[in-house]
Amino acid sequence: MSQTPLTLGYIPLVDAAPLIIARELGFAEREGLALTLRAAPSWSTLRDLVALGQIEAAQMLAPIPVATALGLGGLPSRLDALCVLSVGGNTVGVSNELAAAIRAAGHDFDFTDATAAGKALIAAAGERLRIGVPFPFSMHAELLYYWLGALGLEAPQALDVHTVPPPLMAEALASGDIDAFCVGAPWGSIAVENGSGELLLPTSAIWAFAPEKVLAVRHDWAESEPDLAIRLIRCMWRATRWLADRSNFVTASEILSRPEYLNLPAELLERSLTGQLTISPRGEQRRVEDFLYFHEGAATFPWRSQAGWIASRLAARMGLDRASARRAAKNVFRSDLYRAALAGRAVDLPGASEKLEGALEQATEVPAQNGTLILHRDRFFDGQIFDPGTD
Amino acid sequence: MPNRLSIVVVEQDRERALLIVDSLRASGDHEISVIAERTGLARLISEKNPDVVLVDVTSPSRDMLEELTLASSPLDRPVAMFVDRSDDNLTRAAIEAGVSAYVVDGLAPGRIKPVLDAAITRFYMFHAMRAELAATKRALEERKIIDRAKGMLMKARGLDEDAAYALLRKAAMDQGKKMVDVAEALVTAAGLLS
Repeated sequence: MSQTPLTLGYIPLVDAAPLIIARELGFAEREGLALTLRAAPSWSTLRDLVALGQIEAAQMLAPIPVATALGLGGLPSRLDALCVLSVGGNTVGVSNELAAAIRAAGHDFDFTDATAAGKALIAAAGERLRIGVPFPFSMHAELLYYWLGALGLEAPQALDVHTVPPPLMAEALASGDIDAFCVGAPWGSIAVENGSGELLLPTSAIWAFAPEKVLAVRHDWAESEPDLAIRLIRCMWRATRWLADRSNFVTASEILSRPEYLNLPAELLERSLTGQLTISPRGEQRRVEDFLYFHEGAATFPWRSQAGWIASRLAARMGLDRASARRAAKNVFRSDLYRAALAGRAVDLPGASEKLEGALEQATEVPAQNGTLILHRDRFFDGQIFDPGTD
Repeated sequence: MPNRLSIVVVEQDRERALLIVDSLRASGDHEISVIAERTGLARLISEKNPDVVLVDVTSPSRDMLEELTLASSPLDRPVAMFVDRSDDNLTRAAIEAGVSAYVVDGLAPGRIKPVLDAAITRFYMFHAMRAELAATKRALEERKIIDRAKGMLMKARGLDEDAAYALLRKAAMDQGKKMVDVAEALVTAAGLLS
């Protein structure tokens, strides 16, 4: 079979793993795709490269295609999310001074109770809390607003979330530009490793099933090249299935650690894959079940209700009409193409493309196209349920 | 003078910044300032309240400027990326050259184009210089490694320089590898054994 060349962009993060593994272990080749991977220096550049057609597809923060559909940020264009690439994987970290204040007030960094951690953070922060995130349109930002907002911290009066590229996060903490950060793996671990901060909470404790990265393409490209889009979805599905196997974590870490990809110690990367995190420079350990995961529980399925949640949140904070934002966002997550890619294979697909978000306290069996499917727990820390039809 | 454009250039490298400023000056009478700091970038820029911000696309700091596209208060001026949203060619040329521009909404395209053209030309030159420098550096490093491997072969096998070089080249051809890779393997192995 002749191989179709495609260029995919990514940011060197642990959750770029599906793209890297798809290329390195031949999952792309099996679909007749010759992938070239191109690291980008920033999310805005990555988004523009896709929007302008310089590259075919890219790993992208799940809210970026949704924000683009709402006309927020960057060039006017339409981006589609073909599948979800990863769920979770972010951590909230605090400066050493703030960590000391939080500990002095009696919080034990239990790493599971988002309510307790949030209250402790708010109490220790004083009048105004400034938190760095990698990008204005990111799950990092949305989850912070959701979490701290629910605990009574008003944005923008008392909460200032602003963009700091992860490589500059330690510097921003040290110079007092920010008090805390929310970043993806491995940046949280790097902050601990170089002694610039401590980890307070994984974002999976805020929302257990937050779609973190998606594979995004130009809408026009998906329409004119549906066959390539479908092959891309299939190779990502296979790569994430491989990544879900614990016995592959060591190999995955080794491949990601190569100089041409993340160029970081494999041991550091493995922490994120196993969810065994070091949270302080003193070496305290926390184990997080499903800290970052790629595949199980229909993780790669682009739920239209996830796009709806993101749109609803973005609209609320940007002062846009929520109902029309939700409508515009739904079509961005291409569950139709995803179904076409995996139909007729030994893969079970959800019966619906939308669900209540936050309704599952634990992994639950649900009706699927050919029988049943186990969905991952998806609760929000405050027990809220998002109904994509009405909220 | 109310008609002057105010332009902010985000650039850490002083020399590059000066070159950019020179090019922009040549394109018209503008008020130009340079910001080199990396932290608090969005704040520094909104204090200056410029019409145009130019930033290297390879700089990770660019994501900080995305905040400027969101007017957070009624007093803020909304900023769009590029002035003429329909002019994809200009946008593409800029991205290819390695510069991105954030421009205040509502500015006449005719006023921005000369600025962008000047920036694009300058960034193309940087791009070419950077590629050339990287290639030269790589070539030098490769030659150094090959020279070391050659020296080792000459000493260990009692060969003259030409013979050592021929041996290396043959080994590379036999293994379907680049000569520098074979040389590097030899140097590394020798380092481990000694």
